[in-house]
Amino acid sequence: MAFKGTIEIDIQRCKGCSVCIGNCPNKCIRLAKAVNSKGYRYAELANDSCVGCASCAMVCPDSVITVYRVKI
Amino acid sequence: MDIISDIKKPENMVYGRPALLTDNVMHYCPGCSHGTVHKIVAEVIEEMGIQDRTIGISPVGCSVFAYNYIDIDWQEAAHGRAPALATATKRLCPDKYVFTYQGDGDLASIGTAEIIHACSRGENIVVIFINNGIYGMTGGQMAPTTLLGMKTSTTPYGRDPKLNGFPLKITEMLAALDGTAFITRQSVHTAAAVRKTKNAIRKGFEYSMKDVGLSFIEVVSTCNSGWKLSPVEANAWMVEHMFVKYPLGDIKDVLK
Amino acid sequence: MTEKILMKGNEAIAISAIRNGVDGYFGYPITPQSEVMETLMKEKPWETTGMVVLQAESELSSINMVYGGASCGKKVMTSSSSPGISLMCEGISYMAGAELPCVIVDVMRGGPGLGTIQPSQSDYSQSVKGGGHGDYHCIVIAPASPQDMYDYVDWGFELAFKYRNPVIILADGIIGQLMEKVELHPVKPRRTAEEILRDAPWATTGKPASRQRNIITSLSLDANTQEEFNRKLLAKYETIKENEVKFCEYHTEDAEYLFVAFGCSSRICEAATDILREEGIKAGLLRPVTLYPFPEKKIAGLAGQVKSMMSIELNLGQMVEDVRLAVNGRCPVGFYGRQGGNIYTPEEIVDEFKKFNNLK
Repeated sequence: MAFKGTIEIDIQRCKGCSVCIGNCPNKCIRLAKAVNSKGYRYAELANDSCVGCASCAMVCPDSVITVYRVKI
Repeated sequence: MDIISDIKKPENMVYGRPALLTDNVMHYCPGCSHGTVHKIVAEVIEEMGIQDRTIGISPVGCSVFAYNYIDIDWQEAAHGRAPALATATKRLCPDKYVFTYQGDGDLASIGTAEIIHACSRGENIVVIFINNGIYGMTGGQMAPTTLLGMKTSTTPYGRDPKLNGFPLKITEMLAALDGTAFITRQSVHTAAAVRKTKNAIRKGFEYSMKDVGLSFIEVVSTCNSGWKLSPVEANAWMVEHMFVKYPLGDIKDVLK
Repeated sequence: MTEKILMKGNEAIAISAIRNGVDGYFGYPITPQSEVMETLMKEKPWETTGMVVLQAESELSSINMVYGGASCGKKVMTSSSSPGISLMCEGISYMAGAELPCVIVDVMRGGPGLGTIQPSQSDYSQSVKGGGHGDYHCIVIAPASPQDMYDYVDWGFELAFKYRNPVIILADGIIGQLMEKVELHPVKPRRTAEEILRDAPWATTGKPASRQRNIITSLSLDANTQEEFNRKLLAKYETIKENEVKFCEYHTEDAEYLFVAFGCSSRICEAATDILREEGIKAGLLRPVTLYPFPEKKIAGLAGQVKSMMSIELNLGQMVEDVRLAVNGRCPVGFYGRQGGNIYTPEEIVDEFKKFNNLK
C-alpha cells in the first residue's frame, strides 16, 4: 500500500528553524525565499514526494504543520 | 496540484496542532525544544481526556510562560519550588493529574532539595525535566548540567571542573531513591524520539494515578541561542556531545 | 455547653486547625513551636476530617507547599519561628503577589541569626513591613493567649479568603508555650469541592470547558501591567485598613498615660497598669490586635487625650515607630524593651514608666 500526502504550513507562525527539513525522509521541505511578517524565511513544500508521514509536524516546535494523507 | 488540493480535506488530516495548545505564538527561539515538549504534553492530556483534571506547575526559566500555551489550569512557582507546589496540590487533590515542568537550572540547581524530597516521599506526580545544559532565559550562563569544556557566559573559557565542578547527572541520582516509580531520559530531535518521549509522558501521567510514586521524564534538549548554533546544528551537537554524558533510555520502571 | 481544655498555645493552633476545617498543614520543626506539628501528627486528622499534614524538608518547601495548596482554593497553613519565617519570606512575597490566601503562624524567638530559643517580639518589622521583596503587606494579627491562638486560626482564614491575602499570626515563645484553658467552639467541617468552586473561582481546580484556564502567577514583565497590579494591591490594603483594624483597650477612657503593647507584652502591661492605678496614676493600655492594619486612628485619637505614651516591646523598638507615626508629635512617645529572650516584670515597666514621665 502506498500513501500520498501533503502538508499545510502556517507561514505566519513559522520561525524557519528548519528542524522539519532534516527530519523529512523524502526531502520535500525547504525554506521559502520569501519571509513572513516577522522576517523569518518559512518552511514550504519543495516537491510532490510527501507521503504524509508527519515526521516534520512531530518535531515542529511551533506546531505550524498540518499533515494530510490518502491511500493510493 | 489538483491532487494536492484533493488531499487537503479535513477527513484526510493525520496530524495537526493539538486543540489544547492556545493560539498564542510561543516566545521561544526558533527550533527550541520547549515548543515540541509543550506540544506532546498537550497531546497526551488531550488524548487522555483529562483537561479538567490536570494541573500544571511552571518553573522560573524560559518555560515560566508555559501557562500561556497549554490550555489547562496552571500554577507558576518560585524558582526551583515546583515540586513543593505539586506535592501539596496532589495530596490535597488526589483525583487530579499534577505535573511540573522544569529546566535544569530550576530543577538541578536551585531546586535540588525540592525535587529530591518529592522523589524521596514518592509523591504521585509527573516531573518533566528539560535539560539543555544552560540557563536560557538569563542569557546562557552555566547550569549544573553544563558539559565539561562547554562555553557559556559564566564559563567563557569552557567549564573547568576545578573551577566549576562537574556536570550533575541528577536523573540517575533520583532513580536511586525508593519513592520514584518511572525514570527515563528522552529527547525530541527526531520524530521517533518525539514518539518515545510522548509515550513516556503518557506513562508518567498514568502512573500518577496508580499510587506507585513519582515519574520523572528528562528530555535532553537544545538551547541553540545559548549554544550559539543554528537549530539544526544544535541538534547534531546534542547527539554528538550531550547524549554521551546523558544517554537516552529508561533508567527505572517499578511496574516492569 | 462548650468544652474547655487546658493546653499550650501551640497545641491550640493545631486543635483549632483540625476543628475549623483546615485542609492542610505543611511545616518544619523549629523551637519554640514544634508542638504544632507534633500535635497534628498525634491527632491524625487525615483519618477524621481528611486534613493533610506533612513534614516538609525545609521551611522553603513548606511555604511553597502552602502556595500549591492555596492555589487549589484550599485552606492551608504553616507555622514556624523567626529563622524559619526568614526562609519563608520568598514564598510569602510570591503568595502576596499571586494573591493567595493562607495562614502563617510565627512563634517568635530572639534574633538576629540563630539567636535564642526564648520569646521575643523582634520580628514585628519583618511581618508588618514586608519581610520579602516587593511592595506588599500581610495581614498581621497578634494573639495574647492560647485562646487567641485557637480563635485566630479561623479568623485568619476568614480574612485570608476575604482579601485573597496571606495572614500572619504573630505570636511569641510565651504565647506558644503558655498553658491555659481554651474554649473549643463548635466544629466547622472542611469545605466541599462545590463550596471551593463557589468561594474560590480563581483556583486551579482543573479547567472545565465552561471557563477560561485559571493561572496562579505573580509575573507580569510589562511595567504598566505591574504598576496597575501594585495599585490594585494598594487599594486592597486601604480597604483592609478601613475595615479590619482591631484592638483591645484597658482603662483608656480616663487614661492620662498610655501603654501600647501587643501579644505577651500587653498582658504584662495590664499588670503594670493595675499597679499604677493603685498608686493613683491614671494609666491605660492599648493592645493592637491587628498589627497590620495598625490602629493608627485610635492611637492618633488617644494622643490628644494622654500626657504621654510608651511602647513596650520585647525588641529594640520596632512598633514604637508606628506609634510615633500615628501620634505625629502630639504627645511624647517613649519606649522600653528587653531582648534576647529576657522578659520584663510589671514592676520593671512601672519603674521605666516613672523614669520616662519624671514621676516620683
